[in-house]
Amino acid sequence: MRFSKFTEVSEGKFDFVKNARYFFIFSIIITVLGIITLGIHGLNYGVDFKAGSNVDIAVKKDLTGQKEQIEQYLKDNDFGSPTLTVGANRITVRFDEVLTDQKEKALKEGFAAKFDKEASAEVNTVDTEIARELQTNALYAIIVASIGIVIYVSIRFEWRFAIAAIVSLLHDAFIVISLFSIFKLEVNLPFIVAILTIIGYSINDTIVIFDRIRENLRFAKIKTAADVARLVNESIWQTLTRSINTVMTVVVAAVCLLIFGSASIQLFSLAILFGLVSGAYSSIFIASQLWLVLKNKQKPKAAVKSPAAS
Amino acid sequence: MNRLLAFVLIVVLSAGVVAGTSSWIFNDVKLGLDLKGGFEILYEAQPIEPGGTVTKDSLVETAKSLEARANATGVAEPEVTTEGTNRIRVKIAGVSDETKVRDILKKPAELTFRSARGCAADKGYCKIELRGSDFKENGASVHQTNLNAYEIGIKLKSAKQFAEVTREIAKLSATGQNQLAIYLDETQLSAPSVATEINQDEAVITGNFTREEATNLKNTINLGALPLKLTEKYTQSVGATLGKLSLQETVWAGVIGTVLILLFMMAFYRLPGIIASLCIIVYIWLLLLGFNLIDATLTLPGIAAFILGIGMAVDANIIMAERIKEEMRSGKSILSSQKAGSKSSFRTIIDAHVTTTIAALVLFFIGVGSVKGFAVILLLSIIISVLTNVFFSRLLLTLIIRSGIVKKKSLFGVKESEVRAL
Repeated sequence: MRFSKFTEVSEGKFDFVKNARYFFIFSIIITVLGIITLGIHGLNYGVDFKAGSNVDIAVKKDLTGQKEQIEQYLKDNDFGSPTLTVGANRITVRFDEVLTDQKEKALKEGFAAKFDKEASAEVNTVDTEIARELQTNALYAIIVASIGIVIYVSIRFEWRFAIAAIVSLLHDAFIVISLFSIFKLEVNLPFIVAILTIIGYSINDTIVIFDRIRENLRFAKIKTAADVARLVNESIWQTLTRSINTVMTVVVAAVCLLIFGSASIQLFSLAILFGLVSGAYSSIFIASQLWLVLKNKQKPKAAVKSPAAS
Repeated sequence: MNRLLAFVLIVVLSAGVVAGTSSWIFNDVKLGLDLKGGFEILYEAQPIEPGGTVTKDSLVETAKSLEARANATGVAEPEVTTEGTNRIRVKIAGVSDETKVRDILKKPAELTFRSARGCAADKGYCKIELRGSDFKENGASVHQTNLNAYEIGIKLKSAKQFAEVTREIAKLSATGQNQLAIYLDETQLSAPSVATEINQDEAVITGNFTREEATNLKNTINLGALPLKLTEKYTQSVGATLGKLSLQETVWAGVIGTVLILLFMMAFYRLPGIIASLCIIVYIWLLLLGFNLIDATLTLPGIAAFILGIGMAVDANIIMAERIKEEMRSGKSILSSQKAGSKSSFRTIIDAHVTTTIAALVLFFIGVGSVKGFAVILLLSIIISVLTNVFFSRLLLTLIIRSGIVKKKSLFGVKESEVRAL
């Protein structure tokens, strides 16, 4: 596949355009998988999106072996049986109902007295109404931002670039949402922020390649669809080192946060990491090719199915 | 030679300023409660009387009262902001006795004026005559009499009601009976006596108040007139130890990440990489300084924006360095490569930054809470990034190239064998 003899790009170089359909198929498969899992079990909403209380307790002692005791303690003290996750230095208790003030205090103090004197807790409580509002607000913001970007890119470039850029940024956001749905990872407010960060990065990354295509278009003599395809390939190759280096540096930062960062931002870092990889992938393999598809529609006569094998 | 001198001077100066002030700037950054411990509560306000409306004024008044109440408990810098048409967000960081502060905030303490009218002898003041809501909002004030005593002026909503109450009380025996006691919840604050009927909407409470007592009482009456009922809609509380731990770990992670990125830049891009590293350090320094200047609070979402900002800053440097390398490979001289590369990369960087700016602006105007905070930091980082990673790095590169000491393309990571003849 890689060293196709009749490729239009320089010898030995990967033909991004010719192989675009494999990447389209790959992205569509992930998207469809995402839609299916979202349909089946939706997202694992954290406390920010589903009313209830979330208690995160940082402990100095290792309590991993004491899950049952903690469960028993919660049951005995009238806390019901909330979802309990016991980690080496962090315990998460998730209540489906909102904890009252007194109960919150009783839990913090009771837990510290019984299990670990140095325990430090983080409690989050959200009303359903607010949770729903946060969600629609974020969605609304993404839609408005997308429209704004479409308008700007349409003015500076042309509408086809704008459509391709938006599709690829929505693709990135959706891939991360899908992955969180597939692996049943918890979705909370920082997750929304992560999605926003990803969108910011994705558009930034895509624009750089588009910019190169636009620049090359200015000097190129375009006669056939194959010329445009070659130009897209060349543009991607010209910016490839930059694309790889940039994504590598940000991925390094995200991996550092994931490994060394605080546990409370682990899921956040993971979302960012997924998003960065997806953002770089879509910029290189999806966005420009999508633009090309739209561009070829412009001149139906010139739309060539495959480059001539001669 | 002058250019080389300027280059060295700028580098030494900026490195010196960064090194000399960074610990001060770093310590000055205001940390959010997720990094410091503390709590945040979002209240929804409703009118106390059914059918009433929540006005902007009453919301602001209530927010002020909440702030005063939080201040009265002695916590450091409570942050109280109104949001939308009927919400108030309270953030208090670094509290040792959280429950106490929350209790005071949450319970809109009920202010009552009570009398002993019709009460059994041992029951004290059992009849509630007036409530906090009968007083004009923020109507209480402290005056000093000519005898240097302090008294509190109060304003009522209805003169008629006050006349009625005072007339009845004035009829009672003067021996500890004709008093209109002021209660905050079940605590008696003061029990001034009523001598005659007062048929007006203003009255004065006299007593042996010290200035402080008078002020406290005034505040309480004003708070008691809290015009709105508050319901907690969202709360977040982070233990101080946990917050500190999050901060330490996250900063540590950030430092490791940044060092790796800078090492990579220097190894891969040589001279422009070294300049880029300096620019990125100046960028981080300026960003933190900007935080302090606009009094922004660094939270975990803020750190996200910070990472995105560093990503874009690195990207800007990489785009420029790559462009210059490309021009060199095509056979141009170092000087003209730098010129052409800077120019064409500038357009790309601006386009990329403007699209992100659009996203950030939308988030700023639509988002609430931490999303808004994210947007502010993102906007700030975009501006500073353009300043440092475009203009500053270009200035440094131009200076050193024009000084004429850069003669080898390998200093840019370009091998001679890659250079095509023009």
